[in-house]
Amino acid sequence: MAKIIGGVTTSHIPAVGNAISQGLTQDHYWKRFFDGYQPVKDWLAEKKPDVIIIVYNDHGLNFFLDKIPTFAIGCADEYQNADEGWGLKPTSPFAGDAEFSWHLAESLINQEFDMCTCQEMLVDHGFVNPMRVLFGDHEIWPVKTVPLVVNTVQHPLPSAERCFKLGQALKIAIESYPEDLNVVIAGTGGMSHQLQGERAGIIDVDYDLATMESMINDPAWFYQQSNAEIIEKAGTEGIETIMWLVMRGAMGDKVNCLHKHYHAPISNTGAGVMLLEQDSNS
Amino acid sequence: MVWKQHEYDDIPGTYVFDGERAHSSYALNKLFYSFNEDKCRAEFNADPAAYCDKFDLSDEHRDMVVKQQFLDILRAGANIYYMAKFCIPRGVSVQDAGAAFQGISGDEFRENLLKKREGLEQRIAREGGYWNG
Repeated sequence: MAKIIGGVTTSHIPAVGNAISQGLTQDHYWKRFFDGYQPVKDWLAEKKPDVIIIVYNDHGLNFFLDKIPTFAIGCADEYQNADEGWGLKPTSPFAGDAEFSWHLAESLINQEFDMCTCQEMLVDHGFVNPMRVLFGDHEIWPVKTVPLVVNTVQHPLPSAERCFKLGQALKIAIESYPEDLNVVIAGTGGMSHQLQGERAGIIDVDYDLATMESMINDPAWFYQQSNAEIIEKAGTEGIETIMWLVMRGAMGDKVNCLHKHYHAPISNTGAGVMLLEQDSNS
Repeated sequence: MVWKQHEYDDIPGTYVFDGERAHSSYALNKLFYSFNEDKCRAEFNADPAAYCDKFDLSDEHRDMVVKQQFLDILRAGANIYYMAKFCIPRGVSVQDAGAAFQGISGDEFRENLLKKREGLEQRIAREGGYWNG
């Protein structure tokens, strides 16, 4: 049977990819941020997961605002990166696992999460940068992928609690797959940041750290807040952090935190890196 | 017909991209979305006003785009991620756009952000359990 061996949180902002491409990861501005990933990279290299589910939001590459699914899942053998308008060279394609994805979609829909299933899906920086920062750059990536897209762009968005419940359903979906797969789930995005409006530039370190602590012992602290409450604290784009709850919901009641790292600012954002595993005693 | 009010409407200096904004800025965002394709960017650059007309922009919105008035475009409700496809290749970052809302330069905006770094390691050390270099 498939099992969840770990959960990760990570930023996915464009600047992270640019820093990797430009060889800046050891520059003063970036060093502390990237160094804090090393234990997670080491863990992934040791555990060699078969599949990683990347929970992220599309920023106008695969989905336009004409049709915005609240939750969408890639169900293909391969996912291509593409130009997002900035003329950057796309990464090499990412292998999918169509059978696993379709199983997840079916299980989630049976559990009343009506996923949009995507047989073609361009993956943007929200997906690509977590892959690059966690695994390094590859012609052939060392892990299969499942893109899981949450609408955090065009309101109304799903609530934080809904994201958590999607994660709980995702756990049931994963653990009912008959193949022996080791699965990691990455909740991406955040943390506090706001890109526009007179309040642009906010970073709330205390709120970010409280959010990270809640991911370990008390996710309800985070998911019981309304989206308006989260936006008030974390900013209009900081609302992305609700996607971490998809990962956290899939991790079961009790988790062990193997690593946590926080840095600010990275571009406009607070950046939190966590590595969680399910507590085997719970 | 009326746009519903929301709890987030009262957050100062904050404009949530909801149905009301998405509706009023739809053509603008659609135009920016087209810039994912290099050939569309080239077509725009060759004749911006004519390209805008293909997307049925209002006269007001077309004027903002042709004149590259990024702040006005955001105030018109355009989504920041879509606007980024327009402004970043023109040397205007998302941070510059944020700075414009406050009437400060992009460099001042970045300086303000960097101030968040001050005392961070000590703050993290107090918290305990975090990787801290």
